[in-house]
Amino acid sequence: MAFQVNINGATREVDAPRDMPLLWVLRQELGLVGTKFGCGAGLCGACTVHVDGRARRSCQIQLGTVGTQKITTIEQIGATQIGAKLQQAWLQVDVMQCGYCQAGQIMSASALLAVTPEPTVAQIQQAMAGNICRCACYNRISEAIQIAAGSPKETHDAA
Amino acid sequence: MRHEPVRPGMDRRTLLKASLLAGGGLMLEATLAFDADAAVSGAAGAGDSRLSAFVAIAPDGRVTIVAKNPEIGQGIKTMLPMLVAEELDADWNQVVISQADANAALYGPQFAGGSMSTPMNWMPMRQAGAAARAMLIQAAAKKWGVDPSRLRTEKGRIIEIGGDRAIGYGEIASDAARLTPPDPKTLTLKTPDRFTIIGKPMVGVDSHRIVRGEPIYGIDTRLPGMLYAAYETAPAFGGRLKSVHVEVAKAAPGVVHVIPITGDGDYDAGLADGVAVIASNWWLANQARSKLKLDWDLSAAKGHGSDAYQTKAEALLAGSDKGIDIRRDGNPAIKLASAAKKVSAHYSYPFLAHAPMEPQNCTALFKDGAIEIWAPSQMPQGGKTAVAKLLALPEDKVTVHVTRMGGGFGRRLMNDYMVQAAAIARRVPGTPIQLIWSREDDMRRDYYRPAGWHAFEAGLSADGKLIAFQDHFVTFGEGNKIARGGDLGAHHVPAGLVDDLALTQSTIATVVNTGWLRAPASNALSFAFQCFLDEVAEAGGTDLPTLMLTLLGARRVIQSPGERPVAFDTGRARDVIEKVIAVSDWQKRSKQQGRAMGFAFYFSHNGYFAEVVDASVTKPSKIQVHKVWVAGDVGSQIINPMGAENQVRGAVIDGIAQAIAGQAIEIVDGAVRQSNFHNFPLARIPTTPEIEIAWVRSDNPPTGLGEPALPPVIPALMNAVYAATGKRVRSLPAKLDLA
Repeated sequence: MAFQVNINGATREVDAPRDMPLLWVLRQELGLVGTKFGCGAGLCGACTVHVDGRARRSCQIQLGTVGTQKITTIEQIGATQIGAKLQQAWLQVDVMQCGYCQAGQIMSASALLAVTPEPTVAQIQQAMAGNICRCACYNRISEAIQIAAGSPKETHDAA
Repeated sequence: MRHEPVRPGMDRRTLLKASLLAGGGLMLEATLAFDADAAVSGAAGAGDSRLSAFVAIAPDGRVTIVAKNPEIGQGIKTMLPMLVAEELDADWNQVVISQADANAALYGPQFAGGSMSTPMNWMPMRQAGAAARAMLIQAAAKKWGVDPSRLRTEKGRIIEIGGDRAIGYGEIASDAARLTPPDPKTLTLKTPDRFTIIGKPMVGVDSHRIVRGEPIYGIDTRLPGMLYAAYETAPAFGGRLKSVHVEVAKAAPGVVHVIPITGDGDYDAGLADGVAVIASNWWLANQARSKLKLDWDLSAAKGHGSDAYQTKAEALLAGSDKGIDIRRDGNPAIKLASAAKKVSAHYSYPFLAHAPMEPQNCTALFKDGAIEIWAPSQMPQGGKTAVAKLLALPEDKVTVHVTRMGGGFGRRLMNDYMVQAAAIARRVPGTPIQLIWSREDDMRRDYYRPAGWHAFEAGLSADGKLIAFQDHFVTFGEGNKIARGGDLGAHHVPAGLVDDLALTQSTIATVVNTGWLRAPASNALSFAFQCFLDEVAEAGGTDLPTLMLTLLGARRVIQSPGERPVAFDTGRARDVIEKVIAVSDWQKRSKQQGRAMGFAFYFSHNGYFAEVVDASVTKPSKIQVHKVWVAGDVGSQIINPMGAENQVRGAVIDGIAQAIAGQAIEIVDGAVRQSNFHNFPLARIPTTPEIEIAWVRSDNPPTGLGEPALPPVIPALMNAVYAATGKRVRSLPAKLDLA
């Protein structure tokens, strides 16, 4: 069945079953592979996208329920001011090890900063708790979000 | 300097081959001897292994360096090129990294494991850079008619000392390509004070692509006409496919092929029986799996389960047969009998999964009698050999492209998913197939960190000195053949430090696949040994760091007995212990109810690490880590501090999760009960402690950092829990009940 979905500002037509998760539509029907498969159960956050600006797990959204909501993925987040700042901050402290979860991390972080421009550490932890980083780059994720928010945090490295 | 980190020249076995790049420029292939044993222990080893480095300098000045080892997040794709670029005196901004395919003949060993990449490559990669630099200087000297000694290099340029002339590497590269490579003996390496790239924090070479979501992982591979496969296997280890009814699955939406595959009968490292469902979209393939009607013979796994293993292990530990000697020094039984004080305890830990974030996947195209593979593999050469064997192809008909990996942690040292993808692709010639495992597949078909059990006994003299030590270890395997990741080495501390000591082992046969999890064996043994030694310290009226320093004694290098001796430097151990005591202010620690510090030391993968954990425990069972201090010695040089600190932090948080997040894989009749992150929890951001790192730089060649920071944090945390509550945790994952 054909659906029209608004992805990254453009209308895309997808011919797939109604119950196919948005994750698999993005990755294998539309070629947007930046959104990652981690658990398929809404437990890890690797597949986080924005649905009308809110962070959602794309493995838990059925294609048929997307309707006219606007979907933003990691491929487009750099076009927003917050997204670009976060990408810059991510590189400044080189957050990543394997990097696989980082698209989801950045999508959750950008949704947080859109609502809470200067989050406290507690707010960061709350907003990011659904995103697993198996390499555990958590100290730097928190640091990068604070840098992007304009409140650089002191680090404890003894380099 | 004891180990002479910088050798004055290169040896006779070095081969340099220069050629002109297509389109101009220099291509240098340097084939070099490496000697990991010597690099690691300082001892003269055989040194007859070889590896190659490739450097290309284009006319526009761009320097392409081949990254030959797989990148799993450990930072090797950035670090090895840093070594080449340093000695080349390249401008790091002009360096391009290209990932190599699996090719043992061309590159030598290519794997990500054992924290071995640093010691193996530290010298050869630098030598390759120095050779290329020498050729460029030689070419410029010839062009200008001056002696090479009149020229210096800086950031990709050759500059005439005391003159006006300067030239970029790119402009002279084609000239250099026509020269005979220099005599390796004439090359010298930089002294560390002249490093401009090594030791500087460098951002990962793929990081800018990662933050934009670009396709760089194995699972992102896309080929024209590609289909996706899911592979249904037995619900228990060792299961065999008895009968198959595929019609309903075949009729499911999007399904193109359903292919039953008979395995090779090797259920440890080979191809498992299964049914491949191939569809236009992986989700459709995976959905159709539930429509397969399969009948499995699961008899091989009957009775194999965590509870059964526990019962067997307890019986073995209670019995009089202490198993096979791993090491026996003096006569610990007699010393124990006469000891003024005795301490004994049993410790145990569970199976653990690796759970890298990128589920196992592999893309394969079988066409015209050859197979091309795109694989996230930590051991691509092993996979290539296994695929060649399975398909009865010569190895030159198997091409393995190594992709970046969404984590490894040792899981991708096993190539079972690569072999499966090859077996499936062979059945649909001409069609590229991407096999993807669900998270549930990954959790249930892992090569688990093996569970283990220990019965410790220690004897103390009247003045509290440790005079006898015994560990009876129960692990998996059969007789002397120990299951992967379940081995206890003869060098294990306190072996070599106590005159009367016995390490013995008994084995339990298992159908469960076991493997190497980050800091293999050490991630479990550290907990058992360092927590028991904390008990010994307390019985002797002291604390663990003091006991360790007493045991270590004078600074010296101890060689363990056996075929593969391990050198252990008590001085390096002392230094990290003293460092962490100082930075954590250990002596002034408060011992309040509910919050305390714990300490542990561990030596693994040639790294020396001492760690202190500040943790609190609130009733009934919540453990929170506030801060961790890490003191580590991995040699004279931290090559990339940016990556090194990330490795240490990740290892520490990983270890904490193993101890207290509730991680355990439970087996029932050969089937794994856990399935996803709800019942195999990983660390999350709210529990992240502050982590302070202090490097101790010793006069030793640099060694790896992916692993050795992990083991000590687990016992340090459990020792903190004891100090805070008075309750010993002797079984992982920690279960406290203070109600």
